[in-house]
Amino acid sequence: MDYIRDFFINFAHSWTTWISGGLPGWAVTVVNFLLGGLILVMMPVIATLALTWMERKVIGRIQNRLGPNRVGPWGIFQAIADAVKMLIKEDIIPDRADRPVFNLAPILIFVGAAMLWAVIPFGRRMIGQDLNIGALYVVAIGSITTVAVLMAGWASNNKFALIGAFRVVAQLLSYEIPMVLSIGVVVLVVGSMRMGTIVESQWVPFCLVLPVAFITYVLAAIAETGRAPFDLLEADSEIVAGYFVEYSGLKFGWFYIAEYGNLMAVSAITTTLFLGGWRGPFAGAAPVLGPLYFIIKTVLVIFVLMWIRGTLPRFRIDQMLAFAWKVLVPAALVNLLWVAAALKLPVPQAVQYAVMLVGNLAILGVTLTLLGQSAKQHAKRHGLAGA
Amino acid sequence: MQHVMFFLFAIITLGAAIMVVTTRNLLRSALWLILVFFGIAGIFVLLNAEFLAVVQILVYVGAIATLIIFAVMLTRQVMDPKQPRFNDQARVVAGFATLLFVVLAVIVTRVAWPVAIGAAPVDAIQQLGMDFVGPYAVPFEVASVLLVVAMIGAIIIAREHE
Repeated sequence: MDYIRDFFINFAHSWTTWISGGLPGWAVTVVNFLLGGLILVMMPVIATLALTWMERKVIGRIQNRLGPNRVGPWGIFQAIADAVKMLIKEDIIPDRADRPVFNLAPILIFVGAAMLWAVIPFGRRMIGQDLNIGALYVVAIGSITTVAVLMAGWASNNKFALIGAFRVVAQLLSYEIPMVLSIGVVVLVVGSMRMGTIVESQWVPFCLVLPVAFITYVLAAIAETGRAPFDLLEADSEIVAGYFVEYSGLKFGWFYIAEYGNLMAVSAITTTLFLGGWRGPFAGAAPVLGPLYFIIKTVLVIFVLMWIRGTLPRFRIDQMLAFAWKVLVPAALVNLLWVAAALKLPVPQAVQYAVMLVGNLAILGVTLTLLGQSAKQHAKRHGLAGA
Repeated sequence: MQHVMFFLFAIITLGAAIMVVTTRNLLRSALWLILVFFGIAGIFVLLNAEFLAVVQILVYVGAIATLIIFAVMLTRQVMDPKQPRFNDQARVVAGFATLLFVVLAVIVTRVAWPVAIGAAPVDAIQQLGMDFVGPYAVPFEVASVLLVVAMIGAIIIAREHE
């Protein structure tokens, strides 16, 4: 029973003991790290297989259709059929493309998506590497994606691809700031950048204490993954598919895998930072429940992101950048100041959290009122309905 | 093991740095520059300075390299390999570069670098944060004033004349 209670950790210990019987110490370390790395690198692929099906079903239901339903029961093998199709497609490289850079970009973008998983805690002590700079590492890895997208857009030697790449850089650099500011708030409250410690110290999920940071992070994360309503980088109706328009076959597949890997990764990071990670009822007594709670929360976040994608139309590029700089950044900055001040109050932690919550709700209220007013003014100036 | 890793990172960094200055295609040399930054980040990790390693990637790869690529892409004719490699300022620049190299080499070889005794602290980042607001508050603030001045200057230049 005790073995079951902390099944994953105990299983890992048994496995290590078992292979230590026949292998020297350094080989055990190498084998274990290789296995752990392999599992983490597989995460984007698993995410793609599971989430493409889920996304099609969810969006289908939102748009009042059925979604895939031919391949297997409820169409669950649709993703596998698509993967096979992608594998056997011809690999086309444009005539005047910069070949080494063109071939390197899909690999690099996948590396960025896979490396994020190293610091995501699936359960207590179930983390690839609990870096003492975990939260900052997440932000830094995101910058690899920017470079990869820029490489793909430039090497394709295609105007649409280049415009898409320019848009990506404007978008990713702008939305990185509110993202870092909202992660900074969490780091400030916890007093550590370790992802494990951030989860451990959430006796109440931070989304209930810091709603402004939570909302800012989720909005910035949608923009960072380039999903609707922030999907200007691949806006089909304007620039065909943006930076990966020239890619075909498995190289296109890498971009696809990276997109869904990033979607799952940002959802997992949202869960870790704001929803209490693997914490839940009885997770302390039976750590085996931790990964289960973690997956449930992550899938819930993914569902909300898909819901947003299926509901809202696409932004215009100037609107999107204005939203980042004029709404999210000021709100996140005020929030950071307020939380820093609240942490200095000489009162118990629960009272500090209450003070933070009050301030957050006030910031939210002011932001929404100002947004509503500016929308009304805009409508009046242009003679639109709703003035 | 540590030495092997160090030489590996050193070779990557120096090799990529040579490629940066010899590649005719400017955009590719910007990409080689990114590899240089990664090599330096690796050396920071070997020195137990994870914070600096991550900041290195965040600032240099994420912001500066991207800006360099942007500048290269938006500059006319600069991508053409048929353009002459040197202009008439090449000799002056070479002189100053040699001077800078000599000065740096003298500093690196002459100064006795103080090395702390014992192992590196496990969680150095909290100490770093404390030092920024404690003993090193003034330099830290001066650096931030410099950044604010640069930012205001950029905004004034970019602003449309009304």
